[in-house]
Amino acid sequence: MAKNFDLKIALVGNPNSGKTTLFNLLTGLNQRTGNFPGVTVDKKSGKMKLPDGRLAELIDLPGTYSIYPKTLDEQVVQDVLLNPKHPQHPDAVIVVADASNLKRNLLFFTQIRDLNLPCVLALNMIDVADRRKLQINLRSLTIDLGVKILPTNSRSGAGIELLKQALTEELPRPKKAFYPVRPLAEQTIDHIKEGFDLSEDYRAYQYAQQNKRLSFLSDLEKEEIEQIKKKNGFYDVPTQSQETIGRYALISDIIDRNIKTAIEGSSSLSKKIDQITTHKVFGYLIFALILLVIFQAIFAWAEWPMNLIENTMAELTAVTKSLLPQGVFNDLITDGVLAGLAGVVVFIPQIALLFGFIALLEESGYMSRAVFLMDRVMRSFGLNGKSVVPMVSGMACAIPAIMATRNIENWKDRLITIFVTPFMSCSARLPVYTLLIALVVPKVDVFGFINLQGLVLAALYLLGILAALVSAWVLKIILKTDLKGYFIMELPSYKVPKLKNVGLTIYEKSLTFVVEAGKVIIAISILLWVLASYGAGEDFENAEAIVTQKMADGSMGEDYEVALSAYKLEHSFAGTFGKFIEPAIRPLGYDWKIGIALITSFAAREVFVGTISTIYSIGASEDDELTIKERLSEEKNPWTGGKMYTPALGYSLMVFYAFAMQCMSTLAVVYRETKGWKWPIIQTIYMSAFAYLAAWLTYTLFS
Amino acid sequence: MKNITQLALNEKGIIKGFTNSDLSVKLMEMGCLPGVEVSLQLIAPFGDPLAIEVCGYQLSLRKEEASSILIEE
Repeated sequence: MAKNFDLKIALVGNPNSGKTTLFNLLTGLNQRTGNFPGVTVDKKSGKMKLPDGRLAELIDLPGTYSIYPKTLDEQVVQDVLLNPKHPQHPDAVIVVADASNLKRNLLFFTQIRDLNLPCVLALNMIDVADRRKLQINLRSLTIDLGVKILPTNSRSGAGIELLKQALTEELPRPKKAFYPVRPLAEQTIDHIKEGFDLSEDYRAYQYAQQNKRLSFLSDLEKEEIEQIKKKNGFYDVPTQSQETIGRYALISDIIDRNIKTAIEGSSSLSKKIDQITTHKVFGYLIFALILLVIFQAIFAWAEWPMNLIENTMAELTAVTKSLLPQGVFNDLITDGVLAGLAGVVVFIPQIALLFGFIALLEESGYMSRAVFLMDRVMRSFGLNGKSVVPMVSGMACAIPAIMATRNIENWKDRLITIFVTPFMSCSARLPVYTLLIALVVPKVDVFGFINLQGLVLAALYLLGILAALVSAWVLKIILKTDLKGYFIMELPSYKVPKLKNVGLTIYEKSLTFVVEAGKVIIAISILLWVLASYGAGEDFENAEAIVTQKMADGSMGEDYEVALSAYKLEHSFAGTFGKFIEPAIRPLGYDWKIGIALITSFAAREVFVGTISTIYSIGASEDDELTIKERLSEEKNPWTGGKMYTPALGYSLMVFYAFAMQCMSTLAVVYRETKGWKWPIIQTIYMSAFAYLAAWLTYTLFS
Repeated sequence: MKNITQLALNEKGIIKGFTNSDLSVKLMEMGCLPGVEVSLQLIAPFGDPLAIEVCGYQLSLRKEEASSILIEE
């Protein structure tokens, strides 16, 4: 794919500089999301046709304030720009700068420029600058900065064509560095330039500053640089301070010369809105209200598209079943693969809605206010204001939520957030809750107007939040680190969100979810299908004969099929295992049948419902909740002879599902994000133990 | 020594220096440089974090971090 492009162009810039909007304008809908090689940072790239007919690959690098990375995402920017052999190393760079906030934005630009990469400066949000009555002298600014400058307005699209045009022309490489770093560390720079065959001072200087962080250097090379630094007395922090001060001094001069301001300071409307959104009463009220609207949307609006998807998948399965020849392969495709796929795609509406809301909040600038508002509260639990976003997302699905922890700079805060996010009640728990609530909670009103079933559902969500906070607090005490995190964050001015950006985010995140979670869920579904369809021993081998014998009336119709599949499941590997663990789950009130469901739903919680309906031989044709509910309420307890699904068992199961890990995809994501099996394993053990104890307590209390 | 947390809401001050060199590198990147004017803009409920205006934009930081930025008296 990469070979089809004539050149590679990277888009870099500060966060909130309108970089993503500009990317969307430059590429249109020709985008794809992938991973940067070796790291899990999402790589967004797109096709861009230049006016001279050449096809460029435009790579949207994560937003960063400087070449010195603070987060994993920012590390990628450095890797791509500093390593000429990186597969994404660009032929040209577009630096996006917020024209209304130019001083800070130019710092990163001057660093890029001094790496001597061919670059253009896109002076974005020129409309905001106009509104703030900033008069920018473009001609003289161009001379001062030594690169082409293109004013753009990513909201209206003005200036985009000129920017593309500029990329077709040869981009001048400035002869002199903007800020000469040589006086800061002459010998170090010379030694590194010589040893690593580099031509730019700043590149060599970066090798010295960041030798430990540059992923493309070997350990030997890192050590070599360390020795050069030691010999010449190069200290990272003081030198970097000098560099930053020096760059800003030059930038300040240039700004003073070329920009005339009528009004000082950031937008006054934004300030007025902040007075309300960060108010000690209204601030929290607004935040609570927004969360409420989001949940309402996720549960109410997502219902019909989810039903639509469910029905379509059911039809697809039925059609496939009838088209393919009868046999094992047919069963594998329909009951294994398609069943797994259905389990993934059914969540798309909820995930899409949630990401839509999160994108809206981020685009508008509100999200950073929520972070600001929540930081103090979250910190008492060992979390961070920035944990708010992943934890809220966790209510839709833990997978994208855990991926969203990447912008938490502090590793300890990030780890705790990853650890506790799966406690948030995700949408996969809903089918389990819905079934069990319908089964054991009476449909009555409390205080005359609150629906008891709804109340129980709300309580389960609250339990999840509480478990997350308590666990975070415990971890905060256990985990010791000297690393101090900081919380230095821009509060961008409020903006009217661009719907195209929101739409693209929804598309992109939903796709990531389907692909990432889908892979695991389908694989596990196939494995579970094998475990549930095959068994060892005579009972399984002779299932047909035994069931035929049992069916007194000798009927061979649907009743026979249903009885046969239930009998087979009982004697399959999964069934054998369910019986094996029965003693362990007995204290929670569960029998081996529920044991099977616990095992199969380890792949994903919602599998519980499907497994239960198979175990209790609910015919596929009547596979709707009402019949499952009816069948379950008739089930007899093997030990007492009374009702099996008593309120005590129902609540115990609900509590178990509220707390237990029961999600392979989450485990896979935690493995990826923490780079090892240590944390996913600890997390699974902890959550399972937590769930077991809580379920036992619930069962004991209610029976 | 006076630091940013001792400013009143909307009060302005000039940055004089920092008490923590590791943190100062990050703060300077964000535009908090010695000699630059800052003003205290917002204080979150519970008194922490704070938001300051610097270089024409709003920057939020925790009280502890803000107290490392010294202000000319």
